[in-house]
Amino acid sequence: MKVLVTVLPKPSVLDPQGAAAAEAIRHLGLTGVGRVRIGKVIELELPDSTPDAEIHRIAKDLLSNPVIEDYSISK
Amino acid sequence: MKFAVIRFPGSNCDQDCVLTLNNLPGASAEFVWHKDTSLAGFDAIVIPGGFSYGDYLRCGAIARFSPIMQTVKSFAASGGTVLGICNGFQILCESGLLPGALVRNKGLHFVCKHQTIRVESTNSRFTRAATNGQVLNIPIAHGEGCYFADDATLAALNANDQILVRYCDAQGQTTDTSNPNGSRENIAGICNETRNIFGLMPHPERACDPALGSTEGLMIFDSLLKC
Repeated sequence: MKVLVTVLPKPSVLDPQGAAAAEAIRHLGLTGVGRVRIGKVIELELPDSTPDAEIHRIAKDLLSNPVIEDYSISK
Repeated sequence: MKFAVIRFPGSNCDQDCVLTLNNLPGASAEFVWHKDTSLAGFDAIVIPGGFSYGDYLRCGAIARFSPIMQTVKSFAASGGTVLGICNGFQILCESGLLPGALVRNKGLHFVCKHQTIRVESTNSRFTRAATNGQVLNIPIAHGEGCYFADDATLAALNANDQILVRYCDAQGQTTDTSNPNGSRENIAGICNETRNIFGLMPHPERACDPALGSTEGLMIFDSLLKC
C-alpha cells in the first residue's frame, strides 16, 4: 500500500518560508491570504499488513521532529 | 586529552577540527568514521560541522541513526565530554541529547560571517576559561541555525543555567539586530542538564589561528584542556 505522511511546522514555530510565500501570494494580487505553512509530504510503499503503530513510529521517530513539527497520515 | 572527531558522509569541518586540536598543546585528535562503534581511548568527542547526509529530511536527522551515535550516547550518559559544532549541534538536538531544534534562519538566507557571542555562564567544562559576559568573535556559517524550543524548555534552560552563549553585538548587548538567524532569546549554544554535552552554531575551530582573523574560539578548547 501507499501511505502519505504530511509533515508541517507546529503553529508555534516560526515558518519564514511560509511567510515569504504568503507575501508572494499578496503580490499575485490575492488579498485576504492568511497564514501559509510549508512542510513536506513523504510517500511510503509499505506491506499491506503494516500495523498503524509502525507507521506512526516511522512518522514520529524519523520523518518528523516532534519538537518543531506535527504529522498526519493518510492511506 | 585525546579527541575523537566523528566523520559522517557530508561532514566538512572535520579536518579543521582535527588540525586545530592537533595544534593545541596537550590535545590530540583523530577521525572516527560514523560506521565505527568504538570510542575506546578517547577523552572527548567532537561532532563537527557540515552537511551530514546532505541535510536530507532535516539537518542531522539521518546522522542520528549512524552506528557511532549509539556509542556517543553511552559515552555521554557516563559523563563523557561531547562538543557539537554547527551540524554537530543539529545532530545532538535530533538525537535528543540536547533539547530543542534548529530550524531555517528567519531571514531564509545562509549566513556566513564573523559574529560576536557572549559567554552567559562559565560554569561548564566548555566555558570555564572565559569570564562571565566575555564577548567572543567567532564565525558562523549556517542556513538552519535558528534555535527553537517551547516556552517550558526555554524556562528550564534559563533556570538550569544551560544557555552558555548568546548572539550579541560588539558591545555585548543581545539585541534583535545582533541575532543573525532569529534564534529564540539569541541562543547560540546550550549544554545539557549535566553540563557534559555542549552544542553551538558558531565555529570555534575556525577562530584559533591569527591567519583566520580571530583566535577567540580558543577559549572553548582552552576550557576543555584546563583541568
